[in-house]
Amino acid sequence: MADIKEPLIPKIGVVTDIRIDTPDVKTFRVVTPDGKKAFDHKPGQCAMLSIPGVGEAMFSITSSPTNTEFMEFSIKKCGCVTEWLHSMEVGQEITIRGPYGRPFPVDTEFAGHDMLFVAGGIGLAPLRSVINYCRHYRDRYGKIDIVYGSRSMQDLVDYKEIIDEWATDAGVEVHLTIDREQPEWDGHVGFVPNYVKELGFSTDKIAVLCGPPIMIKFTLAGLQELGFDKTQVYTTMELRMKCGIGKCGRCNIGAKYVCKDGPVFRFDEIDELPDEY
Amino acid sequence: MRKISLKKIDSLFSAIAENSVLYMPVDTKTGAKFEQWENGKELSDSLNTVRSAKDFFFPQTENLMDFKVEGKKIEVIDSRSETEDFVVFGVRACDVKSFDVLDKVFLAEPQDSYYKNRREHGVIMSLACTKPNETCFCTTFRIDAAEPAGDVVCYKTDDAFYMDAKTEKGKKLLSALEGITEAADDTAVTEQQKLTRERMSKLPLASLKADAFGNGKTKEFFDRPEWKELSESCLGCGTCTFVCPTCQCYDIKDFNTGHGVKRFRCWDSCMYSDFTKMSAGQPRLTQLERFRQRFMHKLVYFPTNNDGMFSCVGCGRCLAKCPIQMNIVKVMKKLGGNSNG
Repeated sequence: MADIKEPLIPKIGVVTDIRIDTPDVKTFRVVTPDGKKAFDHKPGQCAMLSIPGVGEAMFSITSSPTNTEFMEFSIKKCGCVTEWLHSMEVGQEITIRGPYGRPFPVDTEFAGHDMLFVAGGIGLAPLRSVINYCRHYRDRYGKIDIVYGSRSMQDLVDYKEIIDEWATDAGVEVHLTIDREQPEWDGHVGFVPNYVKELGFSTDKIAVLCGPPIMIKFTLAGLQELGFDKTQVYTTMELRMKCGIGKCGRCNIGAKYVCKDGPVFRFDEIDELPDEY
Repeated sequence: MRKISLKKIDSLFSAIAENSVLYMPVDTKTGAKFEQWENGKELSDSLNTVRSAKDFFFPQTENLMDFKVEGKKIEVIDSRSETEDFVVFGVRACDVKSFDVLDKVFLAEPQDSYYKNRREHGVIMSLACTKPNETCFCTTFRIDAAEPAGDVVCYKTDDAFYMDAKTEKGKKLLSALEGITEAADDTAVTEQQKLTRERMSKLPLASLKADAFGNGKTKEFFDRPEWKELSESCLGCGTCTFVCPTCQCYDIKDFNTGHGVKRFRCWDSCMYSDFTKMSAGQPRLTQLERFRQRFMHKLVYFPTNNDGMFSCVGCGRCLAKCPIQMNIVKVMKKLGGNSNG
């Protein structure tokens, strides 16, 4: 039977680099034991990572598919599995399976459009994949705006990459904000939804949101006030998962499974789902 | 159709057991239960087993794989092995139908190889009902208890067993039994079916209809105020999900043996509070949401995703086992309106 493919049986991944992003977020670089990328994926898709004996959990793949050498996962320490992952050292093996889920429609609905990315906290992790994809294929998209906020300056994930790479790109504008004043911060202070409204974007673009539910709720409302239609706004959702393939039965919202019908949804699609997420 | 005298039933069982492991319902102190047949074991006369037949394809606990962990190194050990051929005798029409429901989940791409392996090696010898009881409502889901599906359909009359092969697997099995069975016409079976269908039509739940539910009805039922009252007494014990032949939610858990790690798949239940709990929050906060999930899944979500097929087969186990006497029939009556019997 060993030659029959089984989706629940994972591959081995080796952690080759660990970057400390914030006090509770680390970014892990993962390759196969022979130094290759574990599998191809599309922006917005996820992977199941596990430590045998500790547990398995679903994480968004934060690196772009255009990175052909390795995958990266930005992970916030908040439970059993993530705590173990945070205690790892370089060289540690983990298990990996995927890719799972419906990706962002980067080559269809997003193509040719100005893009507005809005993220809060660790919500940047799934968006980093699509942002870097759009930056890689720069001529396929119009202007790119990125609004990103966190509790404090120290809680901004990928800060170095944002400042050194994203903010210096032609046609990319980065708008950072933190929740409360800090002596060493001379940027914007305030919550993400308010900042989006203050910036007052024109409605001829596609918006992609990811962050805490409360941020999503008020940012969506703000965008609608600016004149955005729900068909122009996307998000990526998160529910508890065990299988990743629509069988274990726990990540459904109504008849849709977040693991296979999502995690990416357009807000008019979310309107069709019952309010249980 | 083939038949064998009831007096020779043991020779039928031993002939089947020669080539495959044979399971059938036998009476135990705690009710009828599927057990491996051996000489001296008698087929139970009870209408149905306490637990459903889903264990044969989706066991309560199974070892998915093993891991060897040494320092920073991990080795995945694929411990799957080919299942041996087995025959399940005496599966009732409702439970046979439940395999179609489970197939929709486990055989949808990407297929579950553990389940598929067992399905391929299992032969179902179903047994037509003759005395359906007051908790039965398979007719609601267009199941005919007098003529179940299965690889071989069996009928037990006062003096004989009649067997009719319905699939290639079934034909193969019956042809191997030709030496001890004889050709038969279907007169006795037709007569029995007529009586059974008459009994079915007089059962208290005979007029229960599922037509109000089904494909695309999420909005219609999700916010109904009746969920509060219906779910109020639910203890969240999960008994309904464990006895249910179509409930298939599962958990994946690791167990460190001290010599390595074993990864298991176990039945789980949407009735439990930690089923959907995660560090980011809990989408189903109270028992109302969990209760609603179970029935919405069976009556609306599942049919929405599977061309109208309901994820209930009317076996009645939850009616008999729920400690607070709440069940899908009460839910259907309350939410489906007066037309639902």
